[in-house]
Amino acid sequence: MARTNPTAGVEHDYDDIPGTFVFDAEKSRQGYHLNMFCMSLMKDENRKAFKADEAAYLQKFPMTREQREAILKRHWNRMLELGGNIYFTAKLGATDGLSFQQVAAIMTGSTQQDYAEMMLKGGRSVEGNRSKSKNEKPGKKPVNKQSKKSSKKRG
Amino acid sequence: MARIIAGVGSSHVPAIGAAIDNGRTEEPYWKRVFSGFEHSKEWMEKTKPDVAIVVYNDHASAFSVDIIPTFALGCAAEFPPADEGWGPRPVPVVKGHPALASHIAQSVILDEFDITVVNKMEVDHGLTVPLNLLFGSPKEWPCPVIPLAVNVVMYPPPTGHRCFMLGRAIRKALASYPEDLRVVIFGTGGMSHQISGPRAGLINSKFDKAFLDNLTKSPKKVMSIPHIEYMREAGAEGIEMVMWLIMRGALDDDIEEVYRFYTVPASNTAVGHIILENKRRAAKAAKKGKRPAVGKKPGAGKHKRAAARANHRNVRRGK
Repeated sequence: MARTNPTAGVEHDYDDIPGTFVFDAEKSRQGYHLNMFCMSLMKDENRKAFKADEAAYLQKFPMTREQREAILKRHWNRMLELGGNIYFTAKLGATDGLSFQQVAAIMTGSTQQDYAEMMLKGGRSVEGNRSKSKNEKPGKKPVNKQSKKSSKKRG
Repeated sequence: MARIIAGVGSSHVPAIGAAIDNGRTEEPYWKRVFSGFEHSKEWMEKTKPDVAIVVYNDHASAFSVDIIPTFALGCAAEFPPADEGWGPRPVPVVKGHPALASHIAQSVILDEFDITVVNKMEVDHGLTVPLNLLFGSPKEWPCPVIPLAVNVVMYPPPTGHRCFMLGRAIRKALASYPEDLRVVIFGTGGMSHQISGPRAGLINSKFDKAFLDNLTKSPKKVMSIPHIEYMREAGAEGIEMVMWLIMRGALDDDIEEVYRFYTVPASNTAVGHIILENKRRAAKAAKKGKRPAVGKKPGAGKHKRAAARANHRNVRRGK
């Protein structure tokens, strides 16, 4: 851990996608113990042990202080930021009795009802959500092309 | 020889499995989803494949972050349903086809696809939900299933082009299998969705529809979609649509789209479904009924000719 990581700070094209933590090989390394903790919750006896004393249970996994804190406080986005993967953290959600959709709603900062309603209305639009840079040029072009094509075909 | 007769694309949303397991399929929300697969179940009933190859991804069930194989082929005799945190799904144990699976593994590795052979594996909703959608909820699955698990959980998944070429290699492997088998291949996952981070809930129907259109008519266009475009346009988890390209690659160039269904949402996800038949099979089906009933198996003529040649040789040798 003391060694500096030569790949830290390397920029990726996907860093530009807003509201998104891409679980790449680097994150997979960083979040290994966090994700293995989540994995352990697939067993009922572990779920019980965790629920009985969360902080003590977490000591079994050599995580960073930030990772432990994010888990204890159920900061779902922070877990992803620190190397968690949604398919793993969802197991913590399940332990809390939360569905995928409920965890998703929390991560977007909306209520379960508002989120479910947004999904019924066709979900979150990609317009304005493609790129952190304001002009959105990278994503807009191909989609305009595609939409024209598909509407032609449908017509 | 074994051969692919058709490809099926289907989402594998876990909530669909939960709706089946909890008897909620008749609720309006879910009926909208399940009604789109009624025709497909009839189609599958008529098609009666000998084997199904199901391309899917594991969701931290069989594979954790200990080992992350890009392509893992299930060669076991059976694959029990995994406990995904709520107990295993009440679905039949998936029976494999070890002989065909290991034949495929050997063939594709020599074709330069360095896949992982898995002789023990549990399967999660990624595989069992599409089986339910196409086969319903029988006591036993009607045919052996070969699971092909693809890593789409950790970035980067294999490219669309690589997936397509693996499909091609599978098709080639089937051609050298000694037994006559009719195989349906499933590409599962998607369509557009994001379930992680503040952008969760993203759906892009335009992208999905173009994907379906091009999958049939211009697979090259779909093959060349870069990962960044999937993630930007179809959501971080929408990238799993690359798995559909293995299915498309295993089909002939000339195919017929026989069915399509699309609805938004199932939980967080756009549900997409397509059935593609190889034209050879489609043409055969169209001719069905017109053709006089001959008690001749395809290839019987070939054997007859071979027998005649052997006979001729024997005669010449004075045997």
